[in-house]
Amino acid sequence: MRPGEALSIWRAMAIGAVALILLPFVMQYYTLTVLVIYGMLGLSLGLVWGFGGILCFGQAAFYGLGAYSYAIAAVNIGESSVPFILGIVVPALFALVLGAMMFYGRLSDVYLGVITLVVTLIFFKFMNATAGSAHVIGDARLGGFNGIPGYQTLNVPGSPDDYLYDDRLYIVCAVALLLVYGLVRWLLASPFGRVSVGIRENELRAELLGYDVRARKTLLFAVGGAIAGLAGTLYASWAEIVTPGLFSLGQSAEIIIWCIVGGLGTLAGPIFGAVALGYLKFLLGQQSMVDNSIVLGLILVLVVLLLPRGIVPTIRDLFFRTFGRRRRRSRRPARRQDNAS
Amino acid sequence: MDLAAVILVEILYAVASLVLIGAGLAVVFGMMRVINLAHGEFMMMGGYATIVAVNLGINVYVAMIIVAPIVVGLIGLVVERLVIRHLYGRLVDTMLATWGLSLLFIGLVTMIFGNTTTGISTPISGLTIGAYQINGYNFFIIVVAVILLLAVFAVLRWTRVGLVARGTMQRSDIASAIGHNTSRIYMVTFVAGSALAGLAGGILAPLVGLVPSSGGAYIAKAFITVIVGGPSIIAGLMSSAGLLGVVAQIFTFAATPVVGEVALLIAAVILLRLLPQGITGRFLKGRL
Amino acid sequence: MSQIVVETQGLSMRFGGVTAVDNVDFQLRAGELRCLIGPNGAGKSTFFKCLTGLLRPTEGEVMIRGETTTGFDPHRIARLGVGIKTQVPSVMDGLTVAENVWISAQRVHSAPEARLAVEEMIERFDLGDIAERTVDRLAHGERQRVELATVLAAKPWLVLLDEPAAGMTAEEVERMSAIIRDINRHAALIIVEHDMQFIRAIADRVTVFYQGAVLVDDQVDRVLADRRVRDVYLGKKA
Repeated sequence: MRPGEALSIWRAMAIGAVALILLPFVMQYYTLTVLVIYGMLGLSLGLVWGFGGILCFGQAAFYGLGAYSYAIAAVNIGESSVPFILGIVVPALFALVLGAMMFYGRLSDVYLGVITLVVTLIFFKFMNATAGSAHVIGDARLGGFNGIPGYQTLNVPGSPDDYLYDDRLYIVCAVALLLVYGLVRWLLASPFGRVSVGIRENELRAELLGYDVRARKTLLFAVGGAIAGLAGTLYASWAEIVTPGLFSLGQSAEIIIWCIVGGLGTLAGPIFGAVALGYLKFLLGQQSMVDNSIVLGLILVLVVLLLPRGIVPTIRDLFFRTFGRRRRRSRRPARRQDNAS
Repeated sequence: MDLAAVILVEILYAVASLVLIGAGLAVVFGMMRVINLAHGEFMMMGGYATIVAVNLGINVYVAMIIVAPIVVGLIGLVVERLVIRHLYGRLVDTMLATWGLSLLFIGLVTMIFGNTTTGISTPISGLTIGAYQINGYNFFIIVVAVILLLAVFAVLRWTRVGLVARGTMQRSDIASAIGHNTSRIYMVTFVAGSALAGLAGGILAPLVGLVPSSGGAYIAKAFITVIVGGPSIIAGLMSSAGLLGVVAQIFTFAATPVVGEVALLIAAVILLRLLPQGITGRFLKGRL
Repeated sequence: MSQIVVETQGLSMRFGGVTAVDNVDFQLRAGELRCLIGPNGAGKSTFFKCLTGLLRPTEGEVMIRGETTTGFDPHRIARLGVGIKTQVPSVMDGLTVAENVWISAQRVHSAPEARLAVEEMIERFDLGDIAERTVDRLAHGERQRVELATVLAAKPWLVLLDEPAAGMTAEEVERMSAIIRDINRHAALIIVEHDMQFIRAIADRVTVFYQGAVLVDDQVDRVLADRRVRDVYLGKKA
């Protein structure tokens, strides 16, 4: 780890903690909790795409898989500890297998995008078609379009009757986000993370230096899947119902928009993008003048055209330029323009 | 015997509709290396244009074959000038920007037409083969797909525009070096691709209940057909639509339509894993 | 004589109907500096790619220090202690010079040793002034040096270079010759090269490729005096 890196991580986490403590004074726990969950989901793609250079159009697949794994396990088991772990492990394993299949096949950017998108669609179609009593896992009916309601939500580990909801669920989510953020920062500062960024910058060079690029990308992809799965698990506990909509194209699009708007190549960017746009969507949902997909769509188009690096890196560079502190140019985001051919 | 005929027609219909759905995207991707993720919404708007025109008393064939392509072609022109033009050579950015456009169009159409299902009835009645009932409109779609492929082939093969376009397709740097205005070619190509999407949306409109989010169902199929097909426009479209259409239809017969759709998606994933550059990236290289 | 460290037996590479490398037997001894030359399309670059694992040969075997490496991926070849430099400088554009070198050094060294190795390479390749600059802002010659520093930071015993002098100014070529002689004090080298001036300056033994096969394999002065080699370079039939 570089000198000063540990300090920088602690400082960022402290700033985050202060924000998470202050936010409940201006917003309801219920809304805030889901924003924090979105932040976690944004972070997962921000890691995989921004630092690994892996263009994943189907991060929603892992999110949905986490939520469904939790819900199905919770119906069958009751007490929430094991379902919680399954909600992380199942999507991580799935990402590992899917990643291995893609990276060992040496698929380029665009094709990666297509496959991840298609896999998400398969889940979406499949889950929508599971209405009826034939589709059960243990005691859990998959429920097709209507999803799975009425499972055990998160409880204090060991005491199934002591539910975590409202302010306590918010605290769980906020602490989880801080922890994951810190761990990811630490991972990125470790040799594994720094080599991952090297792979993003030049795969061939990394391979020629003796790094097994395919294995490393697969691993990073699985980490991203695990974090998205955790977000899904928390979401399942917050929403108290899981539906196939979690796997929808719209959900995938939203995650990508958060990352683009917030800024790739940073971790704060995607979290900020997720929280800000999630809140915007919430506000738009309270009026019926303008359809909220118009606003989201317009924001995405404008950011791609005018702020291709995203908001957070742009503001950060402006800040350091204005205050004249000498600092290395922030990293170029990994928006590779590889050719499809 | 009757069953075999029905199955054959159904398979041809499945292939033809994939060709229709993918054609506009294939033209744009093949010639410009741009993946237009708003393609599904272009089709959706083609559908709405047709329905509005029919409700205004225009003949349904005129509405599908003339009104829809013109309306969507014009929308494509505006999109190209305002957005796409600034992003040439940035494949990922164009995908993202067009994804944004797709959301924008869904929102706009929802505001104008509301989030309800609209539709028109098929202009051709069903017919009976032996003990089976078959939708007569399927034949129309098969015929249109064949004509469409022939037309695209003819344009690329024998016209001056096609020659320049093929040149641009191979090496855009060279085409611009010998003095052809690639910017203008790209604009024309994108408008043509949009018009094809509008045509497809119009022709498929009588078969579906149209809602503003209908594009989502199209884009995945179009995207897969084109990417699996690979860089060649016609050979790619025919080979991948053929393969995927047959797979989807066989599974639909053997199980249910949902299984058919899932089989199509899984087949696409397997194909891409085996042939990462698409079918024509490996075979039939350099064809149109 | 010293031990054979790289060997190919009956190595062939065909693309469709074209035979780019045709049944090549090749040997390199420890500490040797060997240049591969030949006119365009002679197959030397394809042969090089078969050695580095970037291409899997259609027929024949590659052995490195007695181990059969045919069909190994490049990272497994590199892990044997082989440093590889491609024709177009292949560097990690968004990272700084020091980070590029560090990523290579950290695979073989412990953390403190890796930092030392980075400093040593930056010193040796005169990169001190630009160590904290990102590589995408550097000139072509600087990028070439960064790539060499990166490759050598892993302390390879065998270095494979594809056209190290391509696109360099006369002054840079001279500097590169000195660097290569310096590398040769600790490692064996295989260098694919076009530039005759450069070959005269550095080469000891030369292998001439022509139409996918080895035409001559001898000391540099004898090769350059060889009639067949001159004919090949002037475009006559051998």
